[in-house]
Amino acid sequence: MSAVTLTNIVKKFGGFTAVHRMSMDIPDGSFVTLLGPSGCGKTTTLRMIAGLIDPSEGDITIKGQRINDVPIHKRNLGLVFQNYALFPHKTIAENVAFGLKYRDISKADAEKKVKDALELVQLPHVSDRYPKQLSGGQQQRIALARAIVIEPDVLLLDEPLSALDANLREDMRVELKRIQHRIGITTVFVTHDQSEALAMSDRIVVMSNGRVEQIGSPEEVYNTPASEFVSRFLGISNILPATCKEVNGSGLALELADFGRVTVPKERAPNVGEAGPAQLVIRAEKLLLADKTAPLDDRIALDGVVEAVDYQGQAARYFVRVGGHQLQAVNMIDQRPFQEGTAVSVRFRPRDCAALPGAAA
Amino acid sequence: MGWNLIRIYTLLVYLFMFLPVAVVVLLSFNASQFGSFPMTGFSFRWFVELAQNEAILRAFQTSIVLGALTAVISTTLGVLASLALVRYEVPGRNLISTLLIAPILVPEVVLAVALLLFLNFLAINKSFFLLLMGHVIFTLPFVILVVQARLVGIRRDYEEAALSLGASPVQAFFQITLPLLAPAVFAGMLFAFTISFDDITGTLFWKPGGVETVPTQIFAMLRNSISPEINALGTVMIFLTVGLPLLGLAIARRMAMQRGG
Ligand SMILES: Nc1ncnc2c1ncn2[C@@H]1O[C@H](COP(=O)(O)OP(=O)(O)OP(=O)(O)O)[C@@H](O)[C@H]1O
Ligand SMILES: [Mg+2]
Repeated sequence: MSAVTLTNIVKKFGGFTAVHRMSMDIPDGSFVTLLGPSGCGKTTTLRMIAGLIDPSEGDITIKGQRINDVPIHKRNLGLVFQNYALFPHKTIAENVAFGLKYRDISKADAEKKVKDALELVQLPHVSDRYPKQLSGGQQQRIALARAIVIEPDVLLLDEPLSALDANLREDMRVELKRIQHRIGITTVFVTHDQSEALAMSDRIVVMSNGRVEQIGSPEEVYNTPASEFVSRFLGISNILPATCKEVNGSGLALELADFGRVTVPKERAPNVGEAGPAQLVIRAEKLLLADKTAPLDDRIALDGVVEAVDYQGQAARYFVRVGGHQLQAVNMIDQRPFQEGTAVSVRFRPRDCAALPGAAA
Repeated sequence: MGWNLIRIYTLLVYLFMFLPVAVVVLLSFNASQFGSFPMTGFSFRWFVELAQNEAILRAFQTSIVLGALTAVISTTLGVLASLALVRYEVPGRNLISTLLIAPILVPEVVLAVALLLFLNFLAINKSFFLLLMGHVIFTLPFVILVVQARLVGIRRDYEEAALSLGASPVQAFFQITLPLLAPAVFAGMLFAFTISFDDITGTLFWKPGGVETVPTQIFAMLRNSISPEINALGTVMIFLTVGLPLLGLAIARRMAMQRGG
């Protein structure tokens, strides 16, 4: 069953349309991430689900019930903000217990629930402190405890990790996922950080300019991008203009300058149906640089020259020229990275590639 | 050299401003019959006499009741107005904001006469209630300025979090916004009280016959003679109008610190 559905949601601010005809289904118990660049409408969408802003058009249902006209305090949602928003004048226990006051729960039960929630976020000993006496990471855990203690139908999180520093963010990511898994709560998570989205989500909704670009599992959106935007936004991609010569049982035969013919598996190009202009997508980490003398395997090998090297520790990012194309490759460093100006063999497997419809020529 | 000149100049300005006040305070402890130099001895005599003066006691009572009512009404209205102006998209909010602040900008006499003429026009008689309304209009801008400044600094997240947890908008206001706003509400209340307590121009125009506040009482007494009692009364007034806001600000600051700013 769907926990949340959006049907043709539009949000206009004056003449500006922040969200365009957005539809999606959020299955019960799943972790769904709204991912996209700044200003693409993620927060707006989340706030419409929360009831903090009204959609201009379209329907929102939670557990099968249309809730467009239900005010926020009757929606039974858990909301977690980027800046935690813990009530500064209340203790941690009072903060966590806040939502229980408005529910029919006996005092003893409420105390037990607060205790359990604090244990769930692994901070059982801070209940008498005030928010400002906690670190950022601890405050965010308390904010999470406060949101889940009311057993909401949906948990909504707007960039909850972005105020934390990098190390803590990774820990909290794991922690958040653990808690979500443990209580099995339907979660909508907003972020512009692709690694966060890829690591945590069951499903990713990639958005741009108020529109849904693609909805799919992390592997799907990463490996089979539905649009040029998605392939550029997630990871580093080489997107090369090509011509689709034919579509047959074995896949799509693409032809492009300096590469010759590359046959991409059909399932990696769901949006290319027929011959015509197309684009070949090769992920930077699927493009392997090798010594010219290295033995060949099942990869296509092209001649290239390293133009620039961006050393990153265990990996290096290369800019290589292959004929008329400048390509990017991210390779683990085996012994020493290739130096600028080195002539190399540039290799990839056609089955690691994806294809997109070409620019309307 | 230049700096020294400026220093001396500044000192002179301060002397000019505060010496008269100091003289009043000093003379209020003078044992002499006359409210002037030379001092003949130190005594609390005039304060005792003050405490036995029926008219002054009545004026004090009036001023305190008037100030307290002004403070309560003005603060309530001020908080509501600030909420509307900061939290809701009221059409014409800049205009309303300007209008509410305007009484500070208009000279008090003009405001006083205008209100009086307006009442005349409506054929309403002067009464304590109208005096009170006058003071409310006059103190409201101060409350709004103080409360608005704080409200802008209270992030909306807090209220939104409370709503999402099931509090109705009214509950969220009393549980979250008002406590966070408390230092400003308190400061605004003190401002309103002090300004009302201290006001003479408007009060002279608006007060019904027979009602005197402390300032108008002093004014009336001055017309007859300069009695040393007035020095004592002045000292009490200085103590109240300077001491109260200072005390209030100290408390407000402490509250703000406790509540995590
Ligand atoms: N109240 C508003 N009035 C006018 N425009 C708005 C309002 N709220 C949002 N917008 C606009 O709508 C667009 C989407 O905003 P939104 O906050 O949803 O972006 P976002 O995807 O959350 O971005 P970010 O990653 O920066 O938080 C932006 O262009 C923004 O300027
Ligand atoms: Mg946002």
